[in-house]
Amino acid sequence: MELQELINSLSLEVKTPELDLHREVTGGYASDLLSDVIGNAHKGNIWVTLQVHLNIVAVASLKELAGIILVNSRNPDADTLKKANAEKIPVLTSTLPTFELVGKLYALGLRCR
Amino acid sequence: MGNGADGIFFLTGKDFNNAGTASSNLKAVLERMGIAQDIIRRTAIAAFEAEMNVVIYAVAGMMKYRVTDTEISVTVQDMGQGIPNIDLAMTEGYSTAPDHIRAMGFGSGMGLPNIKKNTDNLSVNSIVGEGTTLEFVIQIKD
Repeated sequence: MELQELINSLSLEVKTPELDLHREVTGGYASDLLSDVIGNAHKGNIWVTLQVHLNIVAVASLKELAGIILVNSRNPDADTLKKANAEKIPVLTSTLPTFELVGKLYALGLRCR
Repeated sequence: MGNGADGIFFLTGKDFNNAGTASSNLKAVLERMGIAQDIIRRTAIAAFEAEMNVVIYAVAGMMKYRVTDTEISVTVQDMGQGIPNIDLAMTEGYSTAPDHIRAMGFGSGMGLPNIKKNTDNLSVNSIVGEGTTLEFVIQIKD
């Protein structure tokens, strides 16, 4: 599934509109522990988290993730967006809490792989 | 490949704004050298976790790397609090990180295990009150 389709289906707000959103999403991972994501997320995954500081971009870049979705309408720090644009990692926000957002991602066919 | 490379990056404790820069620069060096993607990925993960440990726990440190035709070796040395029990620190889930570090999603006790998982050889030497030296090697297979 393409990231842009996912954004449309889940009414996500795009915080990095300058970035190309036509990229393939291979699956998903949900965690607020950075080393857990480093150890267990897969390349091309969409990452669901409540962390908003700029180190999430380093982790997403390191793992070559498709993007980051922040839950509960959490706002990314200004530094996070600056780094996200530099590293070309899309940052999106959802009004939903993690549990509900992940349920919808699963229903769209995404799995943890 | 044929040509080796080496270099050094300096790390500053508690500087979360620049945390990850050294490992990101190392990744760029390896990409320029045309090292295989899988080797780069493993090296970058191990380097990032080691770098974060310095940022979280130490005052300052440095990351030295050396790339030869056969392997990538990285040494991360810090001036920090040291690790009293290395076996315990290697246990997944064990952490001494304070609450404000955990709230950022760091200090979940998975850093050293992640480094071990992604490297072919890892050694950790530490003196409490002085600092820690971590060395890891990743073999380059052609």
